[in-house]
Amino acid sequence: MTLQDTGLAAYNFAYLDEQTKRMIRRAILKAIAIPGYQVPFASREMPMPYGWGTGGVQVTASIIGPEDVLKVIDQGSDDTTNAVSIRKFFEKTAGVETTTRTGEATVIQTRHRIPEAPLKEGQVLVYQVPIPEPLRFLEPRETETRKMHALEEYGLMHVKLYEDIARNGHIATTYAYPVKVEGRYVMDPSPTPKFDNPKMDNCAALQLFGAGREKRIYAIPPYTSVVSLDFEDHPFEVNRFEQPCALCGAEGVYLDEMILDDKGGRMFCCSDTDFCEERRGEAESVSASNGEIV
Amino acid sequence: MYVAVKGGEKAIDNAHRLLADRRRGDPEISELSLDQISGQLSLAVDRVMSEGSLYDRELAALAIKQARGDLIEAIFLVRAYRTTLPRFGYSEPIDTGDMKLERRISATYKDLPGGQMLGPTFDYTHRLLDPALAGETVPDAPERRFEEAPEKPMRVSDILAGEGLIEPDGDPSGRDPADITRTPLEFPLERETRLQALSRGDEGFLLALGYSTQRGYARNHPFVGEIRIGEVEVEFEAPELGGASVLGRVQITECQMVNQFKGSAKAPPQFTRSYGLVFGQSERKAMSMALCDRALRAGELGEDRVAAAQDEEFVISHSDNVQATGFVEHLKLPHYVDFQAELELVRKMRAEHAHRAENMQEAAE
Repeated sequence: MTLQDTGLAAYNFAYLDEQTKRMIRRAILKAIAIPGYQVPFASREMPMPYGWGTGGVQVTASIIGPEDVLKVIDQGSDDTTNAVSIRKFFEKTAGVETTTRTGEATVIQTRHRIPEAPLKEGQVLVYQVPIPEPLRFLEPRETETRKMHALEEYGLMHVKLYEDIARNGHIATTYAYPVKVEGRYVMDPSPTPKFDNPKMDNCAALQLFGAGREKRIYAIPPYTSVVSLDFEDHPFEVNRFEQPCALCGAEGVYLDEMILDDKGGRMFCCSDTDFCEERRGEAESVSASNGEIV
Repeated sequence: MYVAVKGGEKAIDNAHRLLADRRRGDPEISELSLDQISGQLSLAVDRVMSEGSLYDRELAALAIKQARGDLIEAIFLVRAYRTTLPRFGYSEPIDTGDMKLERRISATYKDLPGGQMLGPTFDYTHRLLDPALAGETVPDAPERRFEEAPEKPMRVSDILAGEGLIEPDGDPSGRDPADITRTPLEFPLERETRLQALSRGDEGFLLALGYSTQRGYARNHPFVGEIRIGEVEVEFEAPELGGASVLGRVQITECQMVNQFKGSAKAPPQFTRSYGLVFGQSERKAMSMALCDRALRAGELGEDRVAAAQDEEFVISHSDNVQATGFVEHLKLPHYVDFQAELELVRKMRAEHAHRAENMQEAAE
């Protein structure tokens, strides 16, 4: 095991001690065995704040090995401040290779997005989860929600979605849109936009979810059915953008709205920065100078 | 733009350099030493040790220095270090009856064996700013009441227990204690687990909740049976060494409250107990903890749960300031992907609203 001497204190490979990793791996295995079920685990204090990805970091630290290639994204981008911070953490504590390319990564830790490029077998997508309980805002008590899951008592969630339709004519949930996993557990997909929900279904990669503050791990094994909750007469729909990405011209991808000036000027471009860059790299007509927005 | 498309890495490095500079302050002024912090800001050190769940004055002082005096940040630093330490086992229960007392008061008896001992307290000081302290001062040497160590006075709860007026204290379970740093909380909690969570809970939060019980939200008629502050020995049983060996001493504050209880279907009329225990000297925290402990025993004693302070999930889930500060402050992180989805929805709903208003207008005409 690699011990990194930082002068004052020595830390294990990928920060966590091996006993902790074993405990987390056991929770992960249980989570994989019961897709969508929230497994309690003895979450540790991490050297970054709760709510900033401690669950995802613990999962990544427990599964990563020296041969892995890590990608970290936040809001789809590799260069958002917290993604940079987490990537640096693993560069420092595990010395693993990192990448921004989705295709080259074996482990991808993400907050709020799923990459646009389809994931492959052998890849692991690790989600950072703030509130793992999909029923939490309907029922604040853990003692109650655990019972509801155990009894598969999801009427409350359907009533909530129905009330949305009654009030607004459509379901007014745009992110953290609840899904049902393998026909059993209702699961929170983490606050990804509902645009990303269909990517979870029958995905070739293993999807792991870590909630550090709430001390829960859950999982979607490869090729598992993930269905967004809806009604026959109000089927689930993803949000569509009216224009393609202003930088790479991609359609059918999730876009960020950039405010250009104080006169209402704006442009839409890919939220997945790696996807956008790779497309622009392929297209010869786009000159390199257009590649950066400042 | 804090989430520039490129340059996040450089920005973070620069921010940390600036932070180091601001932490140091004016370089013309001599730097704080850890001894100064642990010696002269000792109550801040106590709080960091207590809520950081790590008894080490030097590390707590370092954390306070590194955190620029932000105590919750310092607690966080200590916790993140503590969690990496190997665990050899659990110490024997400390005996607070065997405490080397520095302060010991009871509000339930005028005088009692061992007497009232005020110790180093702010109580009865007039809160007048002392200009003399702006310079260097040499205080008078403290009075000493005993030339030799006094006898260990008995605990007030033991006096009451002798008469059978107070509920029994329960027997030690014999098994390893619960450990909230090694097992995820599962509600409802055992009282020992709850006390552990309260002991590392945020002082301000527990103070406010304890205060709320005094103002009628789950009033529990408390009396301060006894507060004692002093040092106790920590013993550890290592089978290799045969018997318990003393690891050292820790300073603690213990508060035992005595609460009126008119009895219920489950228990006869008697005084009930509530308990506060923290590292170092912090009466405010120990007392608040005891008030919350009593309120949280509502279910066990067959009382109606009517207020926030009696709601275990509410109190315990929100008492940890490291968790709370992290999640509140994570709102600073970019959320523009979700916000984009909400923007689209609000635009759509506004368009629908305008359309409906138009139709209504037409219908009216």
